[in-house]
Order: sequence, then structure tokens, then C-alpha cells
Amino acid sequence: MTRFVKSPKEVASGLLLVFLAAFFAWQAMGLPMGRAVRMGPGYFPMILAGLLGLFGLIVLLSGLTLHPVEDEDETQRIGFSRWPWVPLGLVTLALVVFGLGIRPLGLGPSMGLAVFLSTLASRRFRLTTALLSSFIMVAFSWAVFIKGLGLPLPMLGPWLGGY
Amino acid sequence: MEIFDNLALGFSVAVSFQNIFYCFIGVLLGTLIGVLPGLGPVPTIAMLLPITFGLPPVSALIMLSGIYYGAQYGGSTTAILINLPGESSSVVTAIDGYQMARKGRAGAALATAALGSFFAGSVATFLLAVFAPPLADLALKFGPPEYFALMVLGLVASVALAAGSVVKALAMVVLGILLGLSGQDVYTGTPRFTFDMLELADGIAFVALAMGVFGIGEIVRNLEDEHTRTVMVQKVKGLLLSRDDIRRIIGPILRGTFIGSFLGILPGGGAILSSFSAYSIEKKISRHPEQFGKGAIEGVAGPESANNAGAQTSFIPMLTLGIPSNPVMALMIGALIIQGIVPGPNVVNEQPTLFWGIIASMWIGNFMLVVLNLPLIGIWVRLLTVPYHILFPLIVGFCCIGVYSVNNNAIDVFTMALFGVVGYVLVKLDCEPAPLLLGFIIGPMLEEYLRRAMLISRGDPTVFFTRPISATMLGLAVLALVVVLLPSVRKKREEAFQE
Repeated sequence: MTRFVKSPKEVASGLLLVFLAAFFAWQAMGLPMGRAVRMGPGYFPMILAGLLGLFGLIVLLSGLTLHPVEDEDETQRIGFSRWPWVPLGLVTLALVVFGLGIRPLGLGPSMGLAVFLSTLASRRFRLTTALLSSFIMVAFSWAVFIKGLGLPLPMLGPWLGGY
Repeated sequence: MEIFDNLALGFSVAVSFQNIFYCFIGVLLGTLIGVLPGLGPVPTIAMLLPITFGLPPVSALIMLSGIYYGAQYGGSTTAILINLPGESSSVVTAIDGYQMARKGRAGAALATAALGSFFAGSVATFLLAVFAPPLADLALKFGPPEYFALMVLGLVASVALAAGSVVKALAMVVLGILLGLSGQDVYTGTPRFTFDMLELADGIAFVALAMGVFGIGEIVRNLEDEHTRTVMVQKVKGLLLSRDDIRRIIGPILRGTFIGSFLGILPGGGAILSSFSAYSIEKKISRHPEQFGKGAIEGVAGPESANNAGAQTSFIPMLTLGIPSNPVMALMIGALIIQGIVPGPNVVNEQPTLFWGIIASMWIGNFMLVVLNLPLIGIWVRLLTVPYHILFPLIVGFCCIGVYSVNNNAIDVFTMALFGVVGYVLVKLDCEPAPLLLGFIIGPMLEEYLRRAMLISRGDPTVFFTRPISATMLGLAVLALVVVLLPSVRKKREEAFQE
């Protein structure tokens, strides 16, 4: 079975694109279509979803072959096992924590947490530099964004006795 | 001459204390990020977009443009000194520039790069001043069908000229348009793709998408293989060029400027394609092609002039037609929209201080760059020793506060997190995310013009082919696609991008 897959990358991209096309088409289905002369909000998205699905199919088919291949092309492998899962997860987590914390905790703690979490993503993590980076970034964002630009953001949020 | 009056107006705007200050900040930051590998102009401009809200539009655009062309200068410094191109457009400069540095001629290479860039930047800015207003006037005569066709042509051309699979790039454009259509429909107010979330009523925030895909995605990619950068830098001396050097670089600089100016206007062209083309042309017409790759001064002069000229002229379609030719220009359009200015041919006539102020500031900025770069090279090189594992958490912090401050809305931060993952996955699957950003910016305009065109033609789609200008442009778009997809051209194209 896998022998008919010439390029896992192409097949995966194709599947992803077809899936996205189906998703957008499904979403657009609930919108009024209108007619060509007076297009409704669903008209153009539906055309685009069709195009996206077509392109996705082409990409998908170009990754397949009828002649079974023996040696796989190394550059076409996806290599999930070699993806930097931990850094990817940590950086994403840092952003989510910032987003969740900015209201209740305020700018100071959420910025500190976000920077600290992302320092963990590096293999050359050292606690002292990490704490120092977080502190510098908190101080910097206070000076620039709250004092300098006057953003209406509290340093400490309501959960920590701020406003 | 009208142009001189306009330029005088521009300079009167650009030399105000505030604008000189922001121009300086822009080129300084540009050089800085140009020197630092792993941080390019796209994430930097995306990060700074929120800060520019409080500024007047002219100052904001002056600073952001400074970052772009400043990065072209900075990138060449590291390419020459340590064979590490800070920007993708200086990859070619590294070939001969680094060889010159190894032969002890780093000073001459740097001086050539700076002089070539300055000359090309000035000429290209002049071209921008001459050609932009008539082009804008022409575009003002366009009706909705012509506009629609022009945008399709722009998107297709940017796909055809970029590296990688054409079908995937087209898919990215379409995906970008779909994402760009999210939020309330302009005509009916119906929410689209918002999942009944009130926070998404205005659609996906442009800054969140750009920062996610190009900022966060890039960081994760850099964390893939962390290696210690050992920096060995020779002492730079002898910035003065000999008479023989000057004789040898005049031709390449002129040719590079010409090629770069032309390719910069084309969508998808810009700085990268220009420098590659200039290098191969210099190599082809040189009487000593064997010297190339071993420290030929022509191999530095040509590409460096071309990439700067290209960076400058890529402003032409952005300022006159409202069509971005590369991701940086897409961000500029985003900045204009945020400032409440509708991008398009009206900018030249309705915002003369903005348009001419930016142009005048480019000369000032290019001059500042020569002054900044040559004497301060030592400082720039020392910056290279800042390790990435210190740098990237600070970038993450910047992205957070930057994207949050746009609307004071946490949903934008989550959107950025999502698109960070999306950006990384796309790159891993060899899908270039740049066309996605172009589609995202153009999407809403494209739909608007399509709807208007169909309205005036009473629902008859042949309107695009019966009006000569629009038919020509759509024909060109089809032609570009056919040519790129032809098997023979396809092979050549892949070879060309292999280098």
C-alpha cells in the first residue's frame, strides 16, 4: 500500500487541503448564496472552496504513483518523529498562557510566564538566564507599553489585587 | 516640473525632526535584524505594527519602509564577513563576498556593497517617483472588472515567480483569500466563518495571522536544529576602493540597478529574485567567469545593487495599485489599512504628503545607511555573538504584547498561537506560506470587485473577457500559468531555484 505513495509530503498536503476545502464548503453552506448578479455572502467562499478542493486533489494525486517505488525519496518524507514537538508545544503553551492570563493576572505575571515558558523550549536552557530574560522583558514591557505608549493594561490584574 | 514640486513637498515632510527620527529608528532596526540571522523583516514589521498605531501615518510608513531596505544592507554585512547571509536576498552576496573577505579584502567588499546599494537605492527611488503617479492615474480609470483582473494577475504572477510547487502556491493563495473573508460580510452583515464567536466578528486579525505564521512558526523552525554559532571575524580594514576596483564595479552596479528595478515591480519578484538574476548575468557576460565564486568584486556589486533596487521598486505596485508584491508589502498595506487609509490609486493624489514623504525619506534613509554601515561594522558584528536561545524568548514576549495591544483582545493571541502551528506545519509540508499572506490581504478587495463587476454586468461573467484591459490581464495570467506548468520550463525553473 505505502509503495504507491511516491511522496508522503504531497499526499499529506493534498489531504490537508481537501479537508480544509470541505470544511470551508460546509461552513459556506449555511450562508445565503444569492445569484451571480447579486452575490450573497456564501457565493465567493463556495467557489473558492471548490478551487481549493481541486488544487488539493491535484497535489494529492501528484504524490501517488501506479508504478510501485522501491526506494523512497528522503526529501519527501515528513519525518514526524524528528519534528521539534517539545519546542512547538512550549512556545504555543507560552502564547496560550499569556492570552489566558493577561486579563485576570495582568501584564507583569503573564509576560513573565510566557517568556519563561519559551526559554524552556531551548536545549540550552539555564535557570539564571531564563529568569533574567523574563525579568528584563517584564521591565521592558512596563517601561515601553504602559509608561511609554500608555496602553490601558494593569501590571497586576484583579486576581492579584490590581484593578 | 511637477515632480520637483512634489519632491520638495516630500522633503518638507521627511526632514521634520519626528520623521527623521523614525526613519533613523527604522533603518537602524532594519540593519540590526538584517545582521541577526533568524530574524527577518517580515516578523519584525509584524511585531512593530501595533506600536505604529499611535504614530501619524507618514511616520509609521517611513519607519516600516526603513526596516525593509535597512535589512538589505544589514544582511550583506554578515554575508561578506562570516558567510552567513542574514537575509535570503544576500545569499548570493555571500558567494563572492566571503571569498573576498578571506583574501583580506573584506573592506573593499563591504564598501562595494554599500556604494552599490546606495546608488541602486537612489536610482530606484527616483524611478518610483517618476512612474508611480502616472500608473496611479491609469489605475484610476479602471472599473471593477479591470481591478478584479489586475488582482488575479498579481496573485498568479507572484505564484509563478516564486520558488516551489505552483499548484501548492495557488492553493495557499486560495486558502489565504478564504481566511481573509472571515468576519462580517460587508454587504449583508452576515457573519462568516466566525463560529458564532463575537470576538471574531471583525474577522481574523491580520497582525495575529502574520505574526503567527512568520514570527512564531519561524522561531520553532529555528529551534529545530540549534547549533552553536562560532563567529570568527577578521579585522576589517581598507574600506577605500582602488581605481581598478571602481572601474570593475561601475558596469555591474548599473546593470544590477536596472535588473533589480525591473524585477522589483513584478509581483513575487522583489529583492531575492533580483539578486539571483543579477549574479547569473554578471557571470555570463564577464570576461573572467572563472573568477566568480573565488572573490570576484563584480559578484558583490551586481547582486547588492539589484536587491536594493528591487526592494525599492517593489513599493510601486503597493503604493499605486494597493497590490502587494511580497509579504513585506502585504504588511505595509496592512499598516495603511490600520491607519484608516484605503490602499489603491487614490493614495498618490489624496495623500500627497504621505506618498511623497515616504519617497523623500527613502533617500534620507539610504544615505543614513551608508553612514551607519561603514563605520559601525564592528558593532554590528559583535551583535552576532548574541545567541539565539537568549533572543527568541524575547521575540515571543514581543509578539504577545504586540498582538494583544492591537484590539486588547485575547482571541488575537490565541489566533497567533494557532497560526504559529499552522505556519510550521505548512513549511514542513513544503507549502510556502507567503502566498497565503498575499491572498489574505487581497481577498476582501477581490470579492468586493467581483461583486461590483457582476452587478454592473447584470450577472454576466463574460464581462471580464469583453473589456480589453481586463481580458488582456486575465490572458497574461493564464499565459503565465501555462508557461510555468509546461514540462520543459518546469525543469529549467527548478534548476534555476536550485542554486
